[in-house]
Amino acid sequence: MAVLKKEGKKEIPAISTASLPDVVFMLLFFFMTITTMRDQEVLVQTKLPSATEVQKLEKKSLVSYIYIGQPTKAMQAKFGTSPRIQLNDSYRSTRDILEFVAAERDKLSENERAQMTICLKADENTRMGIITDVKQELRRANALKISYAASKTLGY
Amino acid sequence: MASKKKIPEINASSQADISFILLIFFLTATTMNTDTGIPRVLPAMPDENQKTEDLDIRERNLLLVFINTYDQIMVGGKPMDITEVKEKAKEFILNPANEDNLPESEDTEFELPDGTKWTYPVSKGVISLQNDRGTSYTAYIQVQNELVRAFNEVRDEVSMEKFGKKFSELDEDHRSVIQKAVPQKISESEPRNVGGKK
Repeated sequence: MAVLKKEGKKEIPAISTASLPDVVFMLLFFFMTITTMRDQEVLVQTKLPSATEVQKLEKKSLVSYIYIGQPTKAMQAKFGTSPRIQLNDSYRSTRDILEFVAAERDKLSENERAQMTICLKADENTRMGIITDVKQELRRANALKISYAASKTLGY
Repeated sequence: MASKKKIPEINASSQADISFILLIFFLTATTMNTDTGIPRVLPAMPDENQKTEDLDIRERNLLLVFINTYDQIMVGGKPMDITEVKEKAKEFILNPANEDNLPESEDTEFELPDGTKWTYPVSKGVISLQNDRGTSYTAYIQVQNELVRAFNEVRDEVSMEKFGKKFSELDEDHRSVIQKAVPQKISESEPRNVGGKK
Protein backbone atom coordinates (compact mmCIF):
# COMPACT_ATOMS: atom_id res chain seq x y z
CA MET A 1 0.00 0.00 0.00
CA ALA A 2 1.98 2.89 1.27
CA VAL A 3 5.17 2.04 -0.40
CA LEU A 4 7.39 4.96 -1.00
CA LYS A 5 9.34 4.81 -4.16
CA LYS A 6 12.66 6.30 -3.52
CA GLU A 7 14.40 5.43 -6.68
CA GLY A 8 15.28 8.24 -9.05
CA LYS A 9 14.96 12.00 -8.73
CA LYS A 10 11.43 13.08 -9.45
CA GLU A 11 10.79 16.49 -10.84
CA ILE A 12 8.30 18.67 -8.99
CA PRO A 13 5.50 19.53 -11.42
CA ALA A 14 4.98 23.21 -12.11
CA ILE A 15 2.14 24.79 -10.19
CA SER A 16 -0.75 25.45 -12.47
CA THR A 17 -1.46 29.15 -12.84
CA ALA A 18 -4.62 28.62 -14.81
CA SER A 19 -6.78 29.90 -11.95
CA LEU A 20 -4.71 33.01 -11.35
CA PRO A 21 -6.72 35.17 -13.78
CA ASP A 22 -9.92 34.09 -12.05
CA VAL A 23 -8.59 35.04 -8.67
CA VAL A 24 -7.40 38.41 -9.91
CA PHE A 25 -10.69 39.05 -11.66
CA MET A 26 -12.51 38.33 -8.47
CA LEU A 27 -10.38 40.89 -6.66
CA LEU A 28 -10.96 43.31 -9.48
CA PHE A 29 -14.73 43.00 -9.31
CA PHE A 30 -14.59 43.32 -5.54
CA PHE A 31 -12.77 46.63 -5.78
CA MET A 32 -14.90 47.85 -8.65
CA THR A 33 -18.08 47.38 -6.67
CA ILE A 34 -17.12 48.70 -3.26
CA THR A 35 -15.03 51.71 -4.18
CA THR A 36 -16.02 54.97 -5.75
CA MET A 37 -14.15 57.08 -8.23
CA ARG A 38 -11.93 59.71 -6.75
CA ASP A 39 -13.56 62.83 -8.05
CA GLN A 40 -11.29 65.64 -7.08
CA GLU A 41 -7.90 66.39 -5.75
CA VAL A 42 -7.93 67.61 -2.19
CA LEU A 43 -5.66 70.56 -1.66
CA VAL A 44 -6.11 70.93 2.07
CA GLN A 45 -5.27 68.63 4.92
CA THR A 46 -8.39 67.34 6.54
CA LYS A 47 -8.00 65.12 9.52
CA LEU A 48 -11.62 64.64 10.42
CA PRO A 49 -12.80 64.84 14.01
CA SER A 50 -14.34 61.70 15.41
CA ALA A 51 -17.85 61.23 16.68
CA THR A 52 -20.12 58.39 17.68
CA GLU A 53 -23.45 59.47 16.25
CA VAL A 54 -22.41 59.73 12.63
CA GLN A 55 -24.64 58.72 9.79
CA LYS A 56 -23.69 57.58 6.35
CA LEU A 57 -24.23 60.06 3.59
CA GLU A 58 -26.80 58.60 1.29
CA LYS A 59 -26.75 59.23 -2.45
CA LYS A 60 -23.40 60.58 -3.43
CA SER A 61 -24.80 62.54 -6.33
CA LEU A 62 -26.68 64.84 -3.97
CA VAL A 63 -23.64 65.69 -1.92
CA SER A 64 -21.30 68.60 -2.54
CA TYR A 65 -18.13 69.01 -0.59
CA ILE A 66 -16.51 71.99 1.03
CA TYR A 67 -13.06 71.36 2.39
CA ILE A 68 -11.59 73.53 5.11
CA GLY A 69 -8.12 73.17 6.51
CA GLN A 70 -4.45 73.96 6.13
CA PRO A 71 -3.04 73.67 2.64
CA THR A 72 -1.27 70.39 1.98
CA LYS A 73 2.46 70.17 2.53
CA ALA A 74 3.18 70.66 -1.15
CA MET A 75 1.07 73.79 -1.33
CA GLN A 76 2.26 75.37 1.90
CA ALA A 77 5.28 76.98 0.32
CA LYS A 78 2.98 78.94 -1.91
CA PHE A 79 -0.08 79.50 0.20
CA GLY A 80 1.13 79.46 3.79
CA THR A 81 -0.41 77.56 6.65
CA SER A 82 -3.52 79.51 7.50
CA PRO A 83 -6.71 77.54 6.94
CA ARG A 84 -8.26 77.72 3.50
CA ILE A 85 -11.54 76.84 1.92
CA GLN A 86 -11.47 74.58 -1.07
CA LEU A 87 -14.34 74.52 -3.52
CA ASN A 88 -14.05 72.22 -6.50
CA ASP A 89 -10.39 72.26 -7.38
CA SER A 90 -9.06 75.51 -6.02
CA TYR A 91 -8.78 77.67 -2.94
CA ARG A 92 -11.63 80.08 -2.62
CA SER A 93 -12.94 82.57 -0.16
CA THR A 94 -16.29 82.65 1.58
CA ARG A 95 -17.62 85.02 -1.06
CA ASP A 96 -17.49 82.29 -3.70
CA ILE A 97 -19.75 79.95 -1.77
CA LEU A 98 -22.97 81.52 -3.05
CA GLU A 99 -21.88 80.89 -6.60
CA PHE A 100 -20.61 77.40 -5.79
CA VAL A 101 -23.92 76.40 -4.23
CA ALA A 102 -25.84 77.80 -7.17
CA ALA A 103 -23.66 75.85 -9.60
CA GLU A 104 -24.03 72.64 -7.62
CA ARG A 105 -27.75 73.14 -7.42
CA ASP A 106 -27.98 73.58 -11.16
CA LYS A 107 -26.42 70.17 -11.67
CA LEU A 108 -29.32 68.47 -9.94
CA SER A 109 -32.75 67.93 -11.32
CA GLU A 110 -35.69 69.95 -10.09
CA ASN A 111 -37.01 67.45 -7.58
CA GLU A 112 -33.62 66.58 -6.16
CA ARG A 113 -32.68 70.12 -5.27
CA ALA A 114 -34.41 70.10 -1.92
CA GLN A 115 -32.33 67.13 -0.88
CA MET A 116 -29.00 68.64 -1.76
CA THR A 117 -26.56 68.18 1.07
CA ILE A 118 -23.38 70.11 1.69
CA CYS A 119 -20.73 68.07 3.40
CA LEU A 120 -18.33 70.16 5.43
CA LYS A 121 -14.99 68.45 5.61
CA ALA A 122 -13.02 70.47 8.06
CA ASP A 123 -9.80 69.68 9.82
CA GLU A 124 -10.18 69.05 13.52
CA ASN A 125 -7.75 71.82 14.41
CA THR A 126 -9.61 74.48 12.52
CA ARG A 127 -11.05 77.32 14.55
CA MET A 128 -14.78 77.80 14.43
CA GLY A 129 -14.45 81.31 13.01
CA ILE A 130 -13.91 80.22 9.43
CA ILE A 131 -16.48 77.45 9.74
CA THR A 132 -19.06 79.87 11.05
CA ASP A 133 -18.38 82.17 8.12
CA VAL A 134 -19.00 79.25 5.78
CA LYS A 135 -22.16 78.32 7.63
CA GLN A 136 -23.49 81.86 7.45
CA GLU A 137 -22.75 81.91 3.76
CA LEU A 138 -24.54 78.61 3.27
CA ARG A 139 -27.56 79.99 5.08
CA ARG A 140 -27.49 82.94 2.75
CA ALA A 141 -27.30 80.58 -0.21
CA ASN A 142 -30.25 78.68 1.25
CA ALA A 143 -28.33 75.42 1.34
CA LEU A 144 -29.57 74.38 4.73
CA LYS A 145 -28.94 70.66 4.73
CA ILE A 146 -25.41 70.14 5.85
CA SER A 147 -23.36 67.38 7.31
CA TYR A 148 -20.30 67.77 9.48
CA ALA A 149 -17.99 65.09 8.22
CA ALA A 150 -16.62 63.01 11.04
CA SER A 151 -15.19 59.57 11.38
CA LYS A 152 -16.83 57.00 13.53
CA THR A 153 -15.44 56.04 16.90
CA LEU A 154 -16.80 54.18 19.85
CA GLY A 155 -16.76 57.21 22.11
CA TYR A 156 -14.72 58.16 25.10
CA MET B 1 -10.92 11.79 -41.34
CA ALA B 2 -7.35 12.65 -41.18
CA SER B 3 -7.75 16.08 -42.67
CA LYS B 4 -9.50 17.51 -39.60
CA LYS B 5 -6.95 19.52 -37.74
CA LYS B 6 -7.25 20.48 -34.13
CA ILE B 7 -7.59 24.20 -33.49
CA PRO B 8 -4.75 25.19 -31.18
CA GLU B 9 -5.79 26.52 -27.82
CA ILE B 10 -5.46 30.23 -27.31
CA ASN B 11 -2.71 31.04 -24.91
CA ALA B 12 -4.36 32.51 -21.85
CA SER B 13 -1.29 33.18 -19.79
CA SER B 14 -1.42 36.91 -20.40
CA GLN B 15 -4.95 37.16 -19.08
CA ALA B 16 -3.60 37.36 -15.57
CA ASP B 17 -1.36 40.29 -16.49
CA ILE B 18 -4.20 42.15 -18.13
CA SER B 19 -6.46 41.71 -15.15
CA PHE B 20 -3.66 42.76 -12.85
CA ILE B 21 -3.30 46.01 -14.75
CA LEU B 22 -7.03 46.62 -14.45
CA LEU B 23 -6.93 45.80 -10.77
CA ILE B 24 -4.11 48.22 -10.12
CA PHE B 25 -5.91 50.91 -12.09
CA PHE B 26 -9.00 50.59 -9.91
CA LEU B 27 -6.95 50.45 -6.74
CA THR B 28 -5.33 53.77 -7.50
CA ALA B 29 -8.17 55.65 -9.14
CA THR B 30 -10.86 54.94 -6.59
CA THR B 31 -11.40 55.58 -2.94
CA MET B 32 -12.78 53.18 -0.43
CA ASN B 33 -14.21 55.30 2.34
CA THR B 34 -17.86 56.12 2.44
CA ASP B 35 -18.44 59.49 3.99
CA THR B 36 -19.97 59.70 7.39
CA GLY B 37 -21.01 62.78 9.24
CA ILE B 38 -23.39 64.42 11.64
CA PRO B 39 -26.36 65.67 9.62
CA ARG B 40 -27.79 69.00 10.63
CA VAL B 41 -30.24 71.48 9.18
CA LEU B 42 -29.26 75.11 9.42
CA PRO B 43 -31.88 77.68 10.28
CA ALA B 44 -33.05 79.72 7.33
CA MET B 45 -31.70 83.22 7.00
CA PRO B 46 -34.22 85.57 8.58
CA ASP B 47 -35.96 87.97 6.29
CA GLU B 48 -34.51 91.42 6.52
CA ASN B 49 -37.83 93.17 6.90
CA GLN B 50 -39.06 90.64 9.40
CA LYS B 51 -38.96 91.85 12.96
CA THR B 52 -37.17 89.77 15.53
CA GLU B 53 -40.23 89.02 17.54
CA ASP B 54 -40.30 85.28 17.16
CA LEU B 55 -37.66 84.81 19.82
CA ASP B 56 -40.32 84.30 22.39
CA ILE B 57 -38.94 81.23 24.04
CA ARG B 58 -39.37 81.04 27.75
CA GLU B 59 -36.28 80.76 29.82
CA ARG B 60 -37.18 77.35 31.17
CA ASN B 61 -37.50 76.02 27.65
CA LEU B 62 -34.01 76.98 26.66
CA LEU B 63 -30.80 75.19 27.47
CA LEU B 64 -27.82 77.24 26.58
CA VAL B 65 -24.69 75.33 25.70
CA PHE B 66 -21.71 77.56 25.26
CA ILE B 67 -18.19 76.59 24.26
CA ASN B 68 -15.62 79.26 24.83
CA THR B 69 -12.42 79.97 23.01
CA TYR B 70 -10.47 77.63 25.31
CA ASP B 71 -12.90 74.78 24.55
CA GLN B 72 -14.46 74.96 27.99
CA ILE B 73 -18.11 74.02 28.07
CA MET B 74 -20.86 75.77 29.95
CA VAL B 75 -24.29 74.19 30.08
CA GLY B 76 -27.19 76.12 31.54
CA GLY B 77 -24.89 78.53 33.33
CA LYS B 78 -22.63 75.92 34.88
CA PRO B 79 -19.22 74.84 33.66
CA MET B 80 -19.26 71.21 32.75
CA ASP B 81 -17.10 68.39 31.50
CA ILE B 82 -17.85 66.89 28.09
CA THR B 83 -18.84 63.61 29.74
CA GLU B 84 -21.64 65.27 31.71
CA VAL B 85 -23.24 67.07 28.79
CA LYS B 86 -25.26 64.12 27.58
CA GLU B 87 -26.94 63.42 30.92
CA LYS B 88 -27.76 67.07 31.38
CA ALA B 89 -29.26 67.27 27.91
CA LYS B 90 -31.30 64.12 28.48
CA GLU B 91 -32.64 65.49 31.73
CA PHE B 92 -33.54 68.66 29.89
CA ILE B 93 -35.35 66.85 27.08
CA LEU B 94 -37.27 64.43 29.26
CA ASN B 95 -37.91 66.49 32.39
CA PRO B 96 -38.78 63.29 34.25
CA ALA B 97 -39.80 64.89 37.55
CA ASN B 98 -41.82 67.68 35.89
CA GLU B 99 -39.75 70.34 37.53
CA ASP B 100 -40.45 74.00 37.12
CA ASN B 101 -37.06 75.00 35.84
CA LEU B 102 -37.02 72.36 33.11
CA PRO B 103 -38.98 72.69 29.86
CA GLU B 104 -42.72 72.37 29.78
CA SER B 105 -44.32 69.78 27.57
CA GLU B 106 -47.45 69.69 25.56
CA ASP B 107 -49.58 66.59 25.24
CA THR B 108 -49.80 65.78 21.59
CA GLU B 109 -51.85 63.08 20.00
CA PHE B 110 -50.19 60.92 17.38
CA GLU B 111 -51.85 58.57 15.01
CA LEU B 112 -49.98 55.30 14.93
CA PRO B 113 -49.63 53.28 11.72
CA ASP B 114 -51.98 50.63 13.10
CA GLY B 115 -54.75 53.20 13.54
CA THR B 116 -54.64 53.68 17.28
CA LYS B 117 -53.97 56.97 19.00
CA TRP B 118 -51.09 57.70 21.29
CA THR B 119 -50.60 60.73 23.47
CA TYR B 120 -47.13 61.79 24.39
CA PRO B 121 -45.97 64.95 26.16
CA VAL B 122 -43.77 66.58 23.56
CA SER B 123 -41.11 68.73 25.13
CA LYS B 124 -40.97 72.35 24.11
CA GLY B 125 -37.33 72.59 25.01
CA VAL B 126 -34.75 73.97 22.64
CA ILE B 127 -31.04 73.43 23.06
CA SER B 128 -29.09 76.40 21.88
CA LEU B 129 -25.50 75.80 20.98
CA GLN B 130 -23.22 78.78 20.98
CA ASN B 131 -19.58 78.92 20.24
CA ASP B 132 -16.83 81.42 20.01
CA ARG B 133 -14.88 82.17 16.86
CA GLY B 134 -11.85 80.70 18.56
CA THR B 135 -13.45 77.42 19.57
CA SER B 136 -11.75 74.44 18.01
CA TYR B 137 -13.72 72.35 15.57
CA THR B 138 -13.00 69.17 17.54
CA ALA B 139 -14.64 70.55 20.66
CA TYR B 140 -17.59 71.79 18.65
CA ILE B 141 -18.14 68.41 17.00
CA GLN B 142 -17.76 66.64 20.33
CA VAL B 143 -20.49 68.74 21.89
CA GLN B 144 -22.71 68.39 18.81
CA ASN B 145 -22.16 64.67 19.04
CA GLU B 146 -23.10 64.54 22.72
CA LEU B 147 -26.29 66.48 22.06
CA VAL B 148 -27.26 64.24 19.15
CA ARG B 149 -26.46 61.26 21.31
CA ALA B 150 -28.74 62.55 24.05
CA PHE B 151 -31.59 62.87 21.56
CA ASN B 152 -30.90 59.44 20.13
CA GLU B 153 -30.90 57.83 23.56
CA VAL B 154 -34.17 59.52 24.48
CA ARG B 155 -35.68 58.32 21.22
CA ASP B 156 -34.46 54.82 21.94
CA GLU B 157 -35.99 54.92 25.39
CA VAL B 158 -39.32 56.26 24.20
CA SER B 159 -39.56 53.78 21.35
CA MET B 160 -38.53 50.93 23.65
CA GLU B 161 -41.29 51.90 26.02
CA LYS B 162 -43.92 52.28 23.34
CA PHE B 163 -43.04 49.76 20.68
CA GLY B 164 -40.64 47.46 22.49
CA LYS B 165 -37.97 48.04 19.90
CA LYS B 166 -35.01 50.33 19.52
CA PHE B 167 -35.45 53.41 17.36
CA SER B 168 -33.07 52.13 14.72
CA GLU B 169 -35.00 48.87 14.40
CA LEU B 170 -38.34 50.54 13.77
CA ASP B 171 -39.84 50.81 10.32
CA GLU B 172 -40.31 54.09 8.53
CA ASP B 173 -43.84 54.90 9.81
CA HIS B 174 -43.12 54.23 13.47
CA ARG B 175 -39.88 56.08 13.19
CA SER B 176 -41.51 59.26 11.98
CA VAL B 177 -43.91 59.13 14.94
CA ILE B 178 -41.00 58.94 17.36
CA GLN B 179 -39.22 61.68 15.47
CA LYS B 180 -42.20 63.93 15.98
CA ALA B 181 -42.55 62.93 19.60
CA VAL B 182 -38.92 63.70 20.33
CA PRO B 183 -37.97 66.43 17.90
CA GLN B 184 -34.28 67.16 17.59
CA LYS B 185 -34.30 70.81 18.48
CA ILE B 186 -30.75 72.03 18.44
CA SER B 187 -30.33 75.61 17.42
CA GLU B 188 -27.02 76.93 16.26
CA SER B 189 -26.90 80.60 16.84
CA GLU B 190 -24.44 83.07 15.51
CA PRO B 191 -21.15 83.05 17.35
CA ARG B 192 -19.72 85.62 19.64
CA ASN B 193 -16.26 86.93 19.44
CA VAL B 194 -15.10 87.40 22.95
CA GLY B 195 -11.96 85.32 22.98
CA GLY B 196 -10.33 87.50 20.36
CA LYS B 197 -8.53 84.55 18.83
CA LYS B 198 -8.92 83.98 15.17
